[in-house]
Amino acid sequence: MSEEQIKNLEEQFEARIARDEKIEPKDWMPEKYRQTHIRQISQHAHSEIVGMLPEGNWITRAPSLRRKVALLAKVQDEAGHGLYLYSACETLGISRDVLYEQLHSGKAKYSSIFNYPTVTWADMGAIGWLVDGAAIINQVPLCSTSFGPYARAMVRVCKEESFHQRQGYEIMLKLCNGTPEQKEMAQDALNRWWWPSLMMLGPTDDASVHTEQSMKWKLKRKTNDELRQQFIDQTVPQADILGLTIPDPDLKWNEERGSYDFGEIDWDEFWQVVKGHGPCNKERMKARVGAWERGEWVRDAAMAYAEKQQERKEKQAV
Amino acid sequence: MGTKNWPLWEIFVRSKNGLEHRHFGSLHAADAEMALENARDVYTRRNEGVSIWVVESKNITASNPEHNGEMFEPAQDKVYRHPTFYDLPDDVKHM
Repeated sequence: MSEEQIKNLEEQFEARIARDEKIEPKDWMPEKYRQTHIRQISQHAHSEIVGMLPEGNWITRAPSLRRKVALLAKVQDEAGHGLYLYSACETLGISRDVLYEQLHSGKAKYSSIFNYPTVTWADMGAIGWLVDGAAIINQVPLCSTSFGPYARAMVRVCKEESFHQRQGYEIMLKLCNGTPEQKEMAQDALNRWWWPSLMMLGPTDDASVHTEQSMKWKLKRKTNDELRQQFIDQTVPQADILGLTIPDPDLKWNEERGSYDFGEIDWDEFWQVVKGHGPCNKERMKARVGAWERGEWVRDAAMAYAEKQQERKEKQAV
Repeated sequence: MGTKNWPLWEIFVRSKNGLEHRHFGSLHAADAEMALENARDVYTRRNEGVSIWVVESKNITASNPEHNGEMFEPAQDKVYRHPTFYDLPDDVKHM
């Protein structure tokens, strides 16, 4: 194809997205669109998969059967969400194996929030309430993104996600209405998860390199700063109901803006964690790669069995 | 890395009797039976279905969107296939 032809196709392509048409896997698309989507969808999938690890830590130690079945179901949902997203990503012509390889080698990123440790039961509450809350704010606009398979996967994810946040908030509520020690535990979890949750919504707009292009492709409908403000505005009243204090002395209602003003985010910490120096980066990757390697013989055995069954069937047919 | 990767399967789910099976997504499995079991866990954790079909993705032949012109445009100028093409007086009822 000549350069002019490609330019022509690109213009038609952008026009389709502007008209709110969906792009499907076999449609022509600019190489940059394909690569950007592979990067974002796979990062999203990896986050779901690694996201199971901090919570998996507490399944065997959940304080009641009710909490245990809920946590198990939540972690199972996260596996499911990872699988929806991997399949959506594979429609762009990349194999599952390569995607796993990118995660395991550290080439691909996942949400940095999962590199923080879960040291008390209250962390299960704070994760559901704050981390899933921030994830929902990120994900709801993606239900109408331009790439069909991603949008469809997000619709299913968002439907399932609201139970995650509610079960987390219920854990916090119970602790806050419990003994002083339990309430203290809830406050401690909020203190540790608040700032990383704000960072989860991404670098500030002036530091975010992909925003403009992503807005055009509807991979983003609101900027990181807008999403962060929305998250803060809806979460502060929820903390008030719990009787907990947001660990930000600069947090203050701004009557004029109709929003909360908030303090400086420690972006050095964010970039340290992204670059692999968070408290649990190594531990998470070790757990993930270990599970993959220890499962290899099971995957091979299943494949060998399937082939044997197939051969037997073919022999009988003769 | 394993010797062979599990193939890809397309999953179709009937939400309830009376509705058709609809494409829900895809997954990897060693064989059809495992694809069914995995589809149950991945796509119907909240009673989304009463029946599942699995088809190995390589067995699906798809039309090429680049040929959508010759494929689908011929239907566009055949307005006589639609009831509104036919002029009838307004007082004709039940038609």
